[in-house]
Amino acid sequence: MDSEILIEARGLTRRYGPTTAVSDLSLTLRKGEILGLLGPNGAGKSTTMKMLTGNLAPTAGEAFIKGLSLHDAPTAAKKNLGYLPEQPPVYPELTVDEYLTFCAGLHGIAKKDRAAAVQQAKQSCSLNEVSSRLIGNLSKGFQQRVGLAQAIIHRPAVIVLDEPTVGLDPIQIREIRALIVELGKSHSVILSSHILPEIQAVCSRVMIINRGRAVYDQPVIATRNAKMESLTVTLKRPPAVEALSRIVGIASVEDLGAGRFRLALAGGNDPREVIVDAAVNNNWGLIELAPEVKTLEEIFVELTSGDEQERKAA
Amino acid sequence: MKNIFAIAGNEARRIFVSPLAWAVLGVVQLIVAIVFVLSLLDYARFSEQAGQSFGVSDYIGGSVFGFAVIVLLLVMPLMTMRLFAEERKSGSLTLLFSAPVSLTEIVLGKFLGLLSFVFALLALLALMPLSLIPATDLDLGRIAAGLLGLFLLMSSFGAAGLFVSSLTREPTIAAVGSFGLLLVIWLMNMLAFNDSIPFTAVFSYLSLIGHFESLRRGIFSSADAVYYILFTALFLWLTVQRLDMERN
Repeated sequence: MDSEILIEARGLTRRYGPTTAVSDLSLTLRKGEILGLLGPNGAGKSTTMKMLTGNLAPTAGEAFIKGLSLHDAPTAAKKNLGYLPEQPPVYPELTVDEYLTFCAGLHGIAKKDRAAAVQQAKQSCSLNEVSSRLIGNLSKGFQQRVGLAQAIIHRPAVIVLDEPTVGLDPIQIREIRALIVELGKSHSVILSSHILPEIQAVCSRVMIINRGRAVYDQPVIATRNAKMESLTVTLKRPPAVEALSRIVGIASVEDLGAGRFRLALAGGNDPREVIVDAAVNNNWGLIELAPEVKTLEEIFVELTSGDEQERKAA
Repeated sequence: MKNIFAIAGNEARRIFVSPLAWAVLGVVQLIVAIVFVLSLLDYARFSEQAGQSFGVSDYIGGSVFGFAVIVLLLVMPLMTMRLFAEERKSGSLTLLFSAPVSLTEIVLGKFLGLLSFVFALLALLALMPLSLIPATDLDLGRIAAGLLGLFLLMSSFGAAGLFVSSLTREPTIAAVGSFGLLLVIWLMNMLAFNDSIPFTAVFSYLSLIGHFESLRRGIFSSADAVYYILFTALFLWLTVQRLDMERN
């Protein structure tokens, strides 16, 4: 992973009066990476995105787009940036074509290339059929797609999308996801979402933000191949608990009743084969053997709700 | 420069696709036309009695433009209220803020877009006195001075309205606010007539209306023009400062 760093944020902090919306958040994103921002409502996802796109000045810390500081060289940095905020920034009184042509000009696309850029953006977001309609008359899903087309029209190096699939129907969601994956190959994409499977399907990295802090930052692969921590076993003719706990690699056994057991594993062991062998040899009648892996959802719940309890206790 | 014109072009397009602009143009034209016809009739009667001591350009131009100022004081806040307030409310301001353009370019672009409307309005108003050309000998210089005065005054109204619009996210509050602001600056002139207040000369000089009076009479003084240009520049600068504050 030696490719170019496209976004770098160092110690971003944002305070609104006494409340701290984001505190000391750092991230680096290389070319070809798609980062998913996760977090409960009000965790600071949108604030982070606003700071990364120069819409909000951080109270402390700095953000760089392609090595250019958003503070010192904002115009040069923003040239490499496409941003779709929560609310698509569209003008309802313009047609899709008029609007996208203006966006192309605003992002410094030369006059002769504008028509082609508009055409390509419409193609990517399947907007061709609504080209000459007023944006204000389009449905929410189409407006969302117009907003997305605006963010990618100049093929920026960095694309920041705040909940890009909100308000879309399932087929559009699939199309947009495919588009994001496609864009992610040659650009860096940051997207926020509430939908965990979406993050897992699209992103190469996940960052979970809770109360303005980054509490988790790992490649998505890590959540897929997460370490087994326990096994659930169901046996038709269960033996005594001691018989199970004697099997190598099992740290403790919890009887769930009706022949079900939860077997906690001792660090890194995979005793599944041994258990199957033992079950066959002793005629236990094995009918279920399921590994319990921490899913992204569990990680998410653990990291965000644990905090909640702490806060209540405090 | 290219960015300014891109934003100005877009702004002008958005102003002219909205029914508000056409309604304002229509209503202003109607009201001013009534005044124009009335003063024309007035002049026709008056000139028969008093001879040709009073020029038609002076009388018609003066009263039409003088009245137009009052109407424009009322309608300019309506045209400026949307510029930033509505964009902020609908979230489309983000588009400009995340684009590779500076705040100065955004403000100047919006202002130039607004000026395109001002030009349309002035062109329509100018048609009224100019329609007298076939019938009488018109003092075009005097009409031109009046139009220039109106233009400078409109720029000042526009810049002040743009600033107030950048303060809020509610277009109606922006309209009320800029109307209030314009009226207060306007009324400074009144203070100047009250001798019990110190510095009356200062108030009289700062008032928006005082500088228009001489232009309306056809006297072009660079001091008046500079006053309006400085006034406009001040409010445009304040708008840039205000938008910069918003990010912090």
